[in-house]
Amino acid sequence: MTGKYRLSRRTFLALGTAALTAPMVMNRSAWAQGEAVKIGIILPTSGPLAVPGQASRRGIELGEKLLAEAAGRPLEFIYTDTESKAENGRLAAERLIQDGCSLLIGAWDSGTTISAAQVAEQQQVPLLVNIASAPQLTEQGYTQIFRNFTPATTLVYNAVARIKDLSELTGIQPKTAVLMHVNDTFGQGVAGGVNALWDRLGIDIDIVEEISYDLRARDLSVEVAKAKSANADLLMPVTRVNDAILIVREMVKQDFNPMGIIGPGSPGPYEKAFTDATGKFGDQYITCVPWYDPTNESTQSAISEFQGMFPGERFELNVGFSYEAIQIAADAISRAESGDPQAIRAALAGTNLTDHIMFGGPIEFDEKGQNPNIGGAMLQNQDSEPLVIGPKEIAVAEPIFPMTPFSDR
Amino acid sequence: MNRIPIALVVLFVVLGLAPLFLQGYWLSILTLIFFFGTVGQAWNLAMGYAGVLSLGHALFLGLGGYLTAVLSVNFGIIPWIGIPLGGVLAAVFGAAIAWLGFRFSVRGVYFALLTIAFAEFFRILFDNWDYVGGSGGFFFPALRAQESAVLELRGDNLVFFYGFLVLMAGTYLLCHLLVSSRLGYFWRAAREDEEAAAALGVNVKAAKISVVAVSAGITGVAGGLFGLLNGSLFPDSVMGMRLSIELIVAPIIGGIGTLVGPIVGAFIVIPVMEIANETGLKAGIFGFNTLVYGLLVFLIVTFLPGGVWPWLKGRWKTDDSRAAVRPPVPKKSA
Amino acid sequence: MSELYLNVIAGGILNGIVYALIAIGLSIIFGVMRLVNFAHGEMVVIGMYAGYWGHELVGLSPLASMPIVAIVMFGVGYLLQKSVVNSFADRPQHVQFILFISFALVITGLHVMLFGPDPRGIFSLASFETYTVAGLRLDATRVQAAGGALALIVLLLVFLQLSTIGRQIRAAADNRIGAQVVGIPIAHVFAVTAGIGMACAGAAGSLVAPLFDTNPFLAAEFTLLAFIVVIVGGLGSLVGALVGGVLIGVVEGLAALMLSPSMKSMFSYALLVVVLLARPAGLFGASGATK
Repeated sequence: MTGKYRLSRRTFLALGTAALTAPMVMNRSAWAQGEAVKIGIILPTSGPLAVPGQASRRGIELGEKLLAEAAGRPLEFIYTDTESKAENGRLAAERLIQDGCSLLIGAWDSGTTISAAQVAEQQQVPLLVNIASAPQLTEQGYTQIFRNFTPATTLVYNAVARIKDLSELTGIQPKTAVLMHVNDTFGQGVAGGVNALWDRLGIDIDIVEEISYDLRARDLSVEVAKAKSANADLLMPVTRVNDAILIVREMVKQDFNPMGIIGPGSPGPYEKAFTDATGKFGDQYITCVPWYDPTNESTQSAISEFQGMFPGERFELNVGFSYEAIQIAADAISRAESGDPQAIRAALAGTNLTDHIMFGGPIEFDEKGQNPNIGGAMLQNQDSEPLVIGPKEIAVAEPIFPMTPFSDR
Repeated sequence: MNRIPIALVVLFVVLGLAPLFLQGYWLSILTLIFFFGTVGQAWNLAMGYAGVLSLGHALFLGLGGYLTAVLSVNFGIIPWIGIPLGGVLAAVFGAAIAWLGFRFSVRGVYFALLTIAFAEFFRILFDNWDYVGGSGGFFFPALRAQESAVLELRGDNLVFFYGFLVLMAGTYLLCHLLVSSRLGYFWRAAREDEEAAAALGVNVKAAKISVVAVSAGITGVAGGLFGLLNGSLFPDSVMGMRLSIELIVAPIIGGIGTLVGPIVGAFIVIPVMEIANETGLKAGIFGFNTLVYGLLVFLIVTFLPGGVWPWLKGRWKTDDSRAAVRPPVPKKSA
Repeated sequence: MSELYLNVIAGGILNGIVYALIAIGLSIIFGVMRLVNFAHGEMVVIGMYAGYWGHELVGLSPLASMPIVAIVMFGVGYLLQKSVVNSFADRPQHVQFILFISFALVITGLHVMLFGPDPRGIFSLASFETYTVAGLRLDATRVQAAGGALALIVLLLVFLQLSTIGRQIRAAADNRIGAQVVGIPIAHVFAVTAGIGMACAGAAGSLVAPLFDTNPFLAAEFTLLAFIVVIVGGLGSLVGALVGGVLIGVVEGLAALMLSPSMKSMFSYALLVVVLLARPAGLFGASGATK
């Protein structure tokens, strides 16, 4: 492979600038039968995104242990760490492809994913996105990107549907809401989605105030006071984990007791750091997210295996989607019957997996590489555990709504 | 005196031939080295030659990056035009900040904090500015088959490799010319002693404003290509403090106040970071990479405080007049 | 509505005192040694972890663990200064930057290795309590932290005024060479100053541990925050740090209330620019840590 690569490089130069646009030609015969297929993992396992990055890595390692056999040939995993820097996505992708990876999985964060996608595009190696929510990722015309995660818009679409269900389920109809969102890639995307879809989906709840706050806010007392003074039935926070904790603390301190706290598609409340830090005050917090189907047998066995491998850690969305990425990869490799990146790409495009752990329809990819069938669950923290309360078919707990005032807990 | 430029020309040519021998990953590392070599030289021009300390250079990088991106994606103006315009925009901002600093006698560490304040101010502004995507980011589309990577400066890693190589070499040449010009003399005079320089008829104000403008301009140009390299721009990833701090490490380690130092520094810092990253992965302990990087930087700065390049030159005992490239001693007053 | 404003202002003042607390260590080290400690935030985070683990393992309240953390950190700061930093005292400022940046990297790396990246919050009912005074709702943990901060500042001022080493520190801050000439052991004085600076950072950390959920990446934010506070107030002045902190706290609170919260930090930076241009030495600057 090396020799061929060099040769093609030389041709590149010889042909001059015109050749720069020509696609890389890889040596297809390098993947002999039975030889291990290499999968490159790109994740931010250090730096500011290390929390979700490491959780994702746990999901990949779980998948490596449980699902690799399904590929029908040996798999080899090569891990890289982007240190939460966008420019390192490119570096990691180059390294992994040079090491012979036929498929890349990553990269949690949208900027890093695009950085890696450019290399994947040029070298014609598929990139399976485990998590990254910017809607633009699959809209830029990249042919090698496959995303098994909801873009912010779909996330909100599902969440809004669940919020509608909740009124039907409990017979209580909130009238007004305050939307509070963190101002980062994810928060802006979700807030934008809420604004775009709210009326279109016929939700009878009036959003009376929208509050956007800094990702690195050290204090949210004013923000929460603002929300409280709007006097709405619902508080809808779009958060990360630290700010979700700050919001709940401030709500308790300011004795702010809306009918409910419902995150319309937001990380944070289901994370262990949140339930540890807020205890009983974090209970009854509702959030709508893509989540695993707790009623599915393969989910249950994956979770029990996970608890053996990583005691003390929680099996959540980052773990689940990263685990599922390995399932998709193994399935595609077994159908491709080859380690050739483009054969795997073709197989990925034809993916149709019905039995998988994350709630939703079969895993398929549309022509842009997006899986349109990912569902959304509604979770409520009860006794410091995030439990599915909707939709009905996968619910394992009854919703508590309206929530108990903080002072009565 | 002439030996070093000749050696550098040879080095640049050899680097230009690197794609014949090296694979993608190594080329990507070299690309990053060239990037940090370019912005390091730009920063060094202000710090090393005029004693103007900026800790907010990411602002200029981001301005260049965003202008290039907006022109290319929203107006269809190719980066070949957008990048120089980005450089001009950054230079104007740099000049304005330097003028403010000079007008109100903000010096030394205080000027550095002024640059941080401006950089962070604009980062938050961009975070909240919908037109550039806010914190949601601004994305370049993938290069389509009918588009030319060279014209669009997108997609192909060789484009970035040569793009940044040319930038680094061009910046070296520009710095060389400027430093040995009359203007460069004024800069150094202003660095050593503003009052004495003014007494000798040096227009200290013009000297300081011009050096920051040039430094910011080069950084803006590099920023234009950096945004294209990443394929997307986020205020955090192109304007954040992280980048402002990162880009001063290479020139200081290489040796500031020297023309070659920032390039040498980039050739040390980026591989050191990669080694640290690799070590961390091998050890399987998250965070080990940061520790290793920190320790290596500590060792270099402890044992080679003047920078690696002056030390190397000392060992070679070339006949260069060392005074010409001696590292500056910025005034410790604050 | 006016009650809301009053609450926001009261909260801003409390927050501001907490900000001042975070900034004191930076201010002292700069005031005396003219060293810009880029690893300040990391040192505060060390204190936060100490406060967190003290609470989790032994059940110590952060207020109780503060003196212990301060004493230990004093020792670390003293030794670090004697063994490493003193030899950098006469080197150019940019070299000192890199030295401290390398410290910051090492500390962050160690934090991630030892404690992981996950935010660690102290869960105690006390962190959800408030005091109500004349209709104003005051956050209990912030009141405690602010009280600790004020006590610390008074203690430091008294120490600098009355103790021998305190007077030597002030002398060194005012005129390093003069101090050397009259026989003040400058290396020792600097080491004590560094120790005090680190002790302040550690104490601040353990006091704010119940307020911010501890994680390794808070550090960069804290460093920047401390810079803003200290510059607005005046580098090297303890009272200045207090005033700077309160000013920033109130401005951020009001900006968040009246404009968009996501842009509130922009106003701190705007304030920083204005102060730098109008009064570069800060509101209380040029008087040193000593007056």
